[in-house]
Amino acid sequence: MIDRTERAIIAETQSGLPLVARPYQAIAEKLGLPATLVEQKIKAMLERGVIRRIGAVPDHYRLGYTVNGMSVWDVEDGLVDEMGELVGALDYVTHCYRRPRRARLWPYNLFAMIHGRTNEEVEDKVDAIAKILGPAQHGHDVLYSKRILKKTGIRLQNQDKQSCSD
Amino acid sequence: MDLTTLEKDLVNGWQKGFPLVARPYARIADALGISEERVLEILAGLEARGILSRVGAIVAPNTLGASSLVAMRVARDQLDEVAAIVSSEPGVNHNYEREDNFNLWFVVTAPDADGLDATLARIEARTGHATLRLPLQKAYHIDLGFAL
Repeated sequence: MIDRTERAIIAETQSGLPLVARPYQAIAEKLGLPATLVEQKIKAMLERGVIRRIGAVPDHYRLGYTVNGMSVWDVEDGLVDEMGELVGALDYVTHCYRRPRRARLWPYNLFAMIHGRTNEEVEDKVDAIAKILGPAQHGHDVLYSKRILKKTGIRLQNQDKQSCSD
Repeated sequence: MDLTTLEKDLVNGWQKGFPLVARPYARIADALGISEERVLEILAGLEARGILSRVGAIVAPNTLGASSLVAMRVARDQLDEVAAIVSSEPGVNHNYEREDNFNLWFVVTAPDADGLDATLARIEARTGHATLRLPLQKAYHIDLGFAL
């Protein structure tokens, strides 16, 4: 997973990198580490896939993409990985995950998050996904967001109690 | 929300690949043909207007500990109260009301599996409602950003 230094760097930067000429230097000074180590650790986390990407993180809502549809699909188990790759590659799908079904409560095993300016835009995209999945899917639903009740970056907690693998 | 061409170029072109060099904003400035000060100014403006939530890292799920998407089915007249209890948990970082029988959807992150169990047990005890756990089993999308 991540070591103590990496965890400290993520905790320090989770609300964003400082907008100063030398941001890694600024982080390093706060943590009492050499700036080169901060750069190295971030690079290592990127290479290991712990960090997916670093860059500008836009707010979909502020950009006018106010409709957020979580499309959920019941896809045949033997085909879900293949289909997940296809759906995940679509440029309008921001997240695509396989999740467990739950007996009698939840039949859907593939989740694809779609952002749009209008419900119609999201519906068109759902139709397009349905075509791609074809007979591999046995049912689907779209859960539109009604209210954002809380949205923050991941907050690290209980720093000293955490099991770190240094 | 109207964006200038430069703002759009910055937001579209730099959602990934932020330079890992001592002066990353100077590197971006070179690519755009403007000054480092101007890049910092534009980014600060975008953050102030809420168009960017931040310039920073997107951390892959389940690398910092245990997490799960969780759904709850809550009667309309209890939703605000239940949602407030859920949001008050520090391990909950997203909490949405959605239009479905399962109308409350949130993501819980904890240092480890026991911590996750404890958070959800606390939520169930405090709200009197069952939770439906739908943890990520596989990610099919390497989140490369969002085209404007």
